[in-house]
Amino acid sequence: MSIAFKPDETFRGDYTYRNSPAAIRRFPFPFHQDQYMYSVNMEPHTKGPAGSVFENAFDIDEHYIAEMRDRAITLERDPGRCVSLPHMMDAEWDTLELIMESLSRDYPDMFTLAKDGARWSWINRPLGIEQTFTFGDAATLPCPPFEYITRQCQGDFVIMDQRDNDLFADAGMITSQADWSLMFDAGMSFMEWHGPVPLAHELGVFERALKYLLMLQQGRPVRRLNWTMTINPRLDTSPETYPEWGPDRASVTPDNVGDKVHLRVELQALFRLPRSNGMLFSIRGYLASMNELATYPRWAKRLHRVLSTLPNELAEYKGLVRYKPTTLEWLSKFDDGEVLPAGTQPE
Amino acid sequence: MSSASLNVEIRRIRELAPGIREFSLSRTDGEDFPVYSGGSHIVLSLPLGERPHRNPYSLLGDPTVRDTWRVAVRKQEESRGGSRWLHEQAREGMRIDISAPVNLFPLIRTGRRHILVAGGIGITPILSQARELARLGADFEVHYAYRGPEYGVFSDELEALAPGRVHHYVQSRREQIEFGSLLAGRPLGTHFYICGPAGMVAASMNAGKSLGWPESHLHSEQFLAPTGGEPFDVKLALSGKAFTVPSDLSLLEAIEQQGVDAPYLCRGGACGQCELEVLGAEGELIHHDLYLSADERASGKKIMPCVSRLKGGCLTLNL
Repeated sequence: MSIAFKPDETFRGDYTYRNSPAAIRRFPFPFHQDQYMYSVNMEPHTKGPAGSVFENAFDIDEHYIAEMRDRAITLERDPGRCVSLPHMMDAEWDTLELIMESLSRDYPDMFTLAKDGARWSWINRPLGIEQTFTFGDAATLPCPPFEYITRQCQGDFVIMDQRDNDLFADAGMITSQADWSLMFDAGMSFMEWHGPVPLAHELGVFERALKYLLMLQQGRPVRRLNWTMTINPRLDTSPETYPEWGPDRASVTPDNVGDKVHLRVELQALFRLPRSNGMLFSIRGYLASMNELATYPRWAKRLHRVLSTLPNELAEYKGLVRYKPTTLEWLSKFDDGEVLPAGTQPE
Repeated sequence: MSSASLNVEIRRIRELAPGIREFSLSRTDGEDFPVYSGGSHIVLSLPLGERPHRNPYSLLGDPTVRDTWRVAVRKQEESRGGSRWLHEQAREGMRIDISAPVNLFPLIRTGRRHILVAGGIGITPILSQARELARLGADFEVHYAYRGPEYGVFSDELEALAPGRVHHYVQSRREQIEFGSLLAGRPLGTHFYICGPAGMVAASMNAGKSLGWPESHLHSEQFLAPTGGEPFDVKLALSGKAFTVPSDLSLLEAIEQQGVDAPYLCRGGACGQCELEVLGAEGELIHHDLYLSADERASGKKIMPCVSRLKGGCLTLNL
């Protein structure tokens, strides 16, 4: 197989997750400029450069096997991380079809999909899964179709139902969220589930984004990047498990910043679903420690500037306040004041 | 921003009734069509000389049939050329471009019961919605009104989908849908969908509202054909173009003829995608769309160029 997986790395306990140099190089660093502010930063989710995280509709990388195991652990502890309301069954099949067709087309050495009418055969080699089932008949799969396929695809997923000129979060598989609760948000409208985000409402960002998304067309997905920071390479930073990871924010010291503090970037993509007219929202997360990012000084400089000019409301919302000064102090070593041209490239 | 297009061949033309034709389309690249949801439409690009002429039509077939799409076209009395071309010029074997499907008339999947109403050629999206509801095993009924017995062109197909649940209203027999009684006494969770002539749609909406139906449960689809009108001048502030919109072209068509890529989806005043910012208008904006709110119209800052025009001198747009 073309990807050297790291099947044994962990996202909890001893936190053995690390990025290879190749994974660092393709990290979707999100800052084009020295300052950050919310915007409707959406662009077509078209095929990007070979090897980049934008190459394929759903990016599979060296952490695939380990991330899927971490998802299974989280679901075992809390099955409520996967929710789907009864009217979402067509959208579940839409999602399974989209992911299976994409993965088998984009990674033919790892995934194979064969169709004989409604009789489908699916092979997932990295996870050792072979399954024959009838498309449209949930009883022929070991679990409902949305749960089945999202246990095999990196990233969190929400399916939105479109009605009443709005989008409702009526299904989700959420095990690696930046501190929001699927149980709390399930069934909410677009404005309701974005309610807590500071500043962006006043800028009219969500109003414009919703209007844009309601018109999203089949076969023309769009994407954007979002970001936050996380202490330790932990996927399950949910409100439900806050006592397990919240206190880590107080553990950052000048000596451990480089290892502990991670930039967490979400590649978010939106796909119109054909049968249900719903919308799949994929949230593909990437984690890189400060030490890893600083292997490219350009990124360290830019991050230093973004964090030092970040509005307080955003730092509060993203939960960075407590360890931001220590992180800034550490990053300042790299920032010689060089003028950086716009762009996210590492060098 | 504009729709990605597929090239198709007209495989089959069926005369369904006087002035109503059905077209079966297949992709020229041999690929399967994408799946679509009930109520979706496509936009046909018709080769009427130099000008881009694009008309929206609902997909009425079975979305699981991936090699053929079907649309039905009624010849419009005041056609500017689109439906007339499809009736008089179109032949089997011809090739045209179509857009990917868009659904501006989707079923509400949380609905407990669905009442579908079709007037005349408005049967086309209703047929695909009925097919979807039948597949889902949902609770629904169909009310189908047409001018005379020969115009009930999809009656058999509907009856096969929903045996015993289709009600026919034949105008020549003085049968008419009474919306007041149709909509009265319906349980909460019922959704109503109608596609038909403007007067019929308005009558049903009024009946629903006066019976206390929430607007979110009353759904209609109407595509407006651009009506044409008096010529007027246009300046495009960003591209620097200045031209006159002739009486037989829509503003959007005139912009496209200048080689300017303007966004659009439905081309019927319904979707909102083609909205343009008005920087100046010497004269009165004549809004024909179904999209802008009363406040937005009053502001004079927005126009939907697919159906709306200016009466007067010069219109300046931020494009």
